[in-house]
Amino acid sequence: MIDRRDPAEERLGWLLCLPSVMAMLLVTGYPILYAVWLSLFRYDLRFPDQRAFVGLANYASVLTSELWWESLFNTLIITLGSVALELVLGMLLALVMHRVLFLRRTVRASVLVPYAIITVVAALAWKFAFDPVTGFVDPWFGVERAWLAERWSAFLVIILTEVWKTTPFMALLLLAGLTLVPQDLLDAARVDGANAVQRFFRVTLPLMKNAVLVALLFRTLDAFRLFDTVFVQTRGAQGTETVSIVGYHTLVTRLNLGLGAAVSVLIFACVVAIAVLFVRGFGASFTTEEHR
Amino acid sequence: MALAAALAGCGDRPPAVPTLNWYVFAEPSGAYAEAARRCSEGSGGDYRVVMQPLPADADRQREQLVRRLAAGDDAIDIIGMDVIWTPEFAAAGWLLPWPEDLARRAREGRIGATVDSARWDGRLWGAPFTTNIQLLWYRSDRVQDPPATWEAMIDEAERIGEKGRIQVQGARYEGLTVLFVSLLASAGGAVLTDDGQAPALPDGPTRRALAVMRRLARSPATGPGLATAREDQTRLAFQAGGSSFMVNYTYVWPSARADAPELARHMAWARWPAVEPERPSRVAIGGINLGVGAFSRHPDLALRAAACIAGADNQRIAAERGGLPPTTAALYDEPAVRATFPFADLLRATLRDAVQRPRTPLYNDVSLAISRTLHPMSAIEPERDLARLRDAVGRALRSQGLM
Repeated sequence: MIDRRDPAEERLGWLLCLPSVMAMLLVTGYPILYAVWLSLFRYDLRFPDQRAFVGLANYASVLTSELWWESLFNTLIITLGSVALELVLGMLLALVMHRVLFLRRTVRASVLVPYAIITVVAALAWKFAFDPVTGFVDPWFGVERAWLAERWSAFLVIILTEVWKTTPFMALLLLAGLTLVPQDLLDAARVDGANAVQRFFRVTLPLMKNAVLVALLFRTLDAFRLFDTVFVQTRGAQGTETVSIVGYHTLVTRLNLGLGAAVSVLIFACVVAIAVLFVRGFGASFTTEEHR
Repeated sequence: MALAAALAGCGDRPPAVPTLNWYVFAEPSGAYAEAARRCSEGSGGDYRVVMQPLPADADRQREQLVRRLAAGDDAIDIIGMDVIWTPEFAAAGWLLPWPEDLARRAREGRIGATVDSARWDGRLWGAPFTTNIQLLWYRSDRVQDPPATWEAMIDEAERIGEKGRIQVQGARYEGLTVLFVSLLASAGGAVLTDDGQAPALPDGPTRRALAVMRRLARSPATGPGLATAREDQTRLAFQAGGSSFMVNYTYVWPSARADAPELARHMAWARWPAVEPERPSRVAIGGINLGVGAFSRHPDLALRAAACIAGADNQRIAAERGGLPPTTAALYDEPAVRATFPFADLLRATLRDAVQRPRTPLYNDVSLAISRTLHPMSAIEPERDLARLRDAVGRALRSQGLM
């Protein structure tokens, strides 16, 4: 790494990335600030005349709603459930992809197939699979059950859909981490008498900590904003609403821009909090150099 | 010839015939499309109505329309409005009020409740086209006389036992609101005060309605499927044969005759059950009114076309072909209509006593508040939920909180 740069070169660097910084500010900064601004108003598209500044009243209204806390709880269940499963399965897949000796490219490509499928299609496929009339899951297990008609079984289907769809992504990020582990360290550990499990937990895992944390961070942020799978499979019924579904209903169904913007800002705040927790709390780093 | 006509249309002058877009749910029988065609032809080249199909689900129809209307979409000329949208659309300034001469024509001969459903703030905002209301359907081979009240029906169903099931819409959606509003009105209560500004929900009737819902949901006559049952699930369950009672709209009759003719021979109808023995039931009215979008480029033509489409001839076609009950009272006496609806007199009588769902621009929120508070029905505690319901409806009317 270069530690000290020539000031002129640094200026040039900033100049070169200025256009993209401007574009980012325009497409992300402006909507975020506008949402914050809107969230301070009573503003319902059905009653445009009643638009008025209400300060933080919308936030108070959201935070005192049972539904907000229920949907936050739902979102956390889905996030924790899917990310935990994905981490385990993704690690197994990454190890397979790392070790496989023949057909390496075929294996790596085929693992990616679920990730390449559009989420709505995947969500529908899983919905049909678990349907009591058309699905194959009930006959397999010899049960008769409307999985999506009950809260906890609906969570299960949603989590499984998410896991199926994004485990490949997790596996790819972890595979990148695995390639960073020097083979000579593993060989040395083997000579010292460490078995495979010990080598994995004592050598491989600590060395790829950053890759794991980055993968977890990406997936947690993604899972927290989950919308499409739930929208397709339950539309939020049976108490499976995520915070994004609540935001959608407030904005699009009820046309309440003020309240909806407050929900969006709160979701944004949660996402920022998750990112901060990962970066500060767990010491996730996007460069590997610091720990060397 | 057609080519020549098309070429002529592309000339210097703008196309001679203005196109009117009619946004309405994709009516499957083609009766609505036929009405659009007949009126376009009858206009003598003044306008051409083009149907723009909306999704089948009423929530998604509204979602698409309000998004467009809130953005001032001038391509929306005629709107096939669910009866519950009138106050919301009118108050938001998305509709044109009907001028008095056309309004008089739209009211003429129509069943009172259908006209009321298109009224808001003293004006008419749509022409009643087709209507809809629930009846009680039962198995004449298992039930001698149809029960007059819900209590009697549950007793009877429990007596019949395994095949005595009652099919009711209990999922968390608009159908649950319809059930509650109908039970409440049948018990003599209303959701909102007369001015629509505050929750009414009087103690006695509300408690009665909630008690009926609770008993129904906890009775062996309803199964675990109740909490997810919508109109079509209940229709299919009834057609499967294991049920003796169902409350549902009139479309179940042609459907049973086509799909389960054996069963249809034992299918009979009666007035929706009452809550109090001495008080006839009052059921929430449904149906489609034709409104004209406030941003339409051809408002006068659109009003004319809407009045034409909603006319008696097209109602007759919609009844015969689509099985949709007419809004003009006299049509219920015509043999052709009576052939489609053998229960025509019962239907008309039920419509005459119909109740409107809460009349407020915030209806969507109020309905969500009701269906969320009362779902699942088996968990209803009348004492506690009376207070919860008042609170939820009050919050909805003040646009507070999430739903």
